[in-house]
Amino acid sequence: MSSRPIVTLDGVTKSFGSFKALHETSFSIGEGEFVTLLGPSGCGKTTTLRLIGGFELPTSGKIGIAGQDVTQNPPYRRPVNTVFQDYALFPHMTVAENVAYGLTVRGSTVARSDIPGQVAEVLDMVGLSQMGGKRPGALSGGQKQRVAMARALIRKPRVLLLDEPLSALDVKLREVMQVELKRLHRELGITFLMVTHDQTEALALSNRIVVMEAGRIRQIGTPNDLYDRPFSPYVADFIGATNLIEARYLGREAEFDVIALPGGAHLRRKAAGNGGFHPGSTVLIGIRPEHLRPAGGENLLQGRVVDTLFHGDSIRLEFLPDGANQPAFAQLARGASLGAEDLMPGQPIRFAVAPEDVMLFAKVAA
Amino acid sequence: MRRPASSILKTAGLFSLPLGWTLLLLIVPYLMMIAVSFWTRQFPLFVPDFQFGNYVQLFSDPQYTTVILRTLKIAAMVTAAALVLGYPLAYFLVFTLRSERLRNLVYMAVIVPLWVSYLLRAYTWKIILGTDGALNSALMSLGVIDAPLDLFLYNQAAMVITLTYIFVPFMVMPIYAVLENIPKGLIEASEDLGIGPLGTFRHVIAPLSLGGVVAGAMMTFCLSFGDFVAPVLVGGPDGIMVANLLQTQFGAALNWPLGSALATLVLIMVLVILGLTGWAERASARNLR
Repeated sequence: MSSRPIVTLDGVTKSFGSFKALHETSFSIGEGEFVTLLGPSGCGKTTTLRLIGGFELPTSGKIGIAGQDVTQNPPYRRPVNTVFQDYALFPHMTVAENVAYGLTVRGSTVARSDIPGQVAEVLDMVGLSQMGGKRPGALSGGQKQRVAMARALIRKPRVLLLDEPLSALDVKLREVMQVELKRLHRELGITFLMVTHDQTEALALSNRIVVMEAGRIRQIGTPNDLYDRPFSPYVADFIGATNLIEARYLGREAEFDVIALPGGAHLRRKAAGNGGFHPGSTVLIGIRPEHLRPAGGENLLQGRVVDTLFHGDSIRLEFLPDGANQPAFAQLARGASLGAEDLMPGQPIRFAVAPEDVMLFAKVAA
Repeated sequence: MRRPASSILKTAGLFSLPLGWTLLLLIVPYLMMIAVSFWTRQFPLFVPDFQFGNYVQLFSDPQYTTVILRTLKIAAMVTAAALVLGYPLAYFLVFTLRSERLRNLVYMAVIVPLWVSYLLRAYTWKIILGTDGALNSALMSLGVIDAPLDLFLYNQAAMVITLTYIFVPFMVMPIYAVLENIPKGLIEASEDLGIGPLGTFRHVIAPLSLGGVVAGAMMTFCLSFGDFVAPVLVGGPDGIMVANLLQTQFGAALNWPLGSALATLVLIMVLVILGLTGWAERASARNLR
């Protein structure tokens, strides 16, 4: 994070009765960043967003926004605005009235006569300049989404909170709106904090991603960080898919860690840091499907083909690594140097893995 | 496309029973009532006729217009009182009581009195407001008054209190239903956009609950408009309402044609109110689409 922090969470926890939705959590978001809270449902990401928006008050800890302690402030006394998951548009108001709503507050710095002009400007920004007179009920999902964005942005919030903003849209529209979100973020320079369970969305949009699980932050980093250097098997598997194979750590040889695969073959991994693994300990190795190249040579992972799935631009190959009890996957470019007979179920297959593409994790007792 | 005759017959057969009893028990009596309202009274008999004398009498004799206006006034006051009492209660149930079990319990407490005999509930207020009643005893034991007052009972205020108590559940129920259906996200969105609780109530909750208010007001108004028990029990000499007048015309006064004319007039008034509220409800429902 390069810029000064605009949102800070300091030891924030949230319990609902006996259920701890958020364990002690601290992190900060820099001004102008696009940060994503990523995790499966029930991981505490929406709770975190609602705490920042003021819809829930923390059980303990402090929340600061734009240099102010807002821990106990209600939503209407926070310089943030929210795009809700179900849009929460007012059904009894027109699109223009919905968008103008946040400017009608008493003590607003916007003069009443300026409101129509600002509404038109914001509607134009989200591409809905002709829709001001319609009611939300007459709009499509994508249009509602844009109205929700316009209604939040017209207040020029310091931070825009987005709660699963694209989850209710179909795949094609979601991609259009992703581009739109990125454009708005770039043009407005407002800090965006988005909640999503969709890792491709997080990877595509964010400067930084906060990966959460069971009410705790597992890792914070740029999309590249998380993809290339996940701290844990959980993050490795959640950010892009990862084949996790149980193996035994043998020791360090020059710049390589040497690992014994379940089938007995050895695999080298480019060592990073001092690792701290004991020779002989059980470890998990992680290899991304796209890092498996069907070839001979050094550093091989061998197994037998289980099945293949045609994905259009690529082929997803399911295989059982020798000695493993769970299948692994490889993503092969179409027209890779494999014939149809090589992909028959039961055929032996081998993949070369670059030592720097092998990830190594301590095996955590389940 | 023409439907085969057998299908039409089947449909007719299916609906003949409900249509039959609607015709027999609703339409025919109404038609009879309207017809009798044009008859002439020749004591002790009624003679079939077609003349407007009964209606002329209703509008020319101040006794009838007074009672009709009083009934309208009392029904309006009961409706207003029930709204003032019922809306906050429904609001409290939906937005303040977080525990669903407690909410259902209090809601049941609102409904349960409807299971008790209507007459009994009206009579309760006679006991509370009477000269030897609970209110007088309480005020005397508190030292506010020295001797029991007789100004609580047998007046229009007592009628409004009694009718409000009896019909307030009919106001609470529809308002509770609409308030419960307002998505909580809308309230959060309003506060998120910088509008405090009062503004949120004015701009979001109130307009979205209008349909329930209209329905509740309509039921409370019509029910108290047609009431004839409260005037008898707690109303006193100047508490006569339209329904009592009707009862008299068909009973002691034995003037069925005049009674029918009055009943027809009441029917028209209720239909106008129903039409207006139906229109208002549709207008507010259109807003929600």
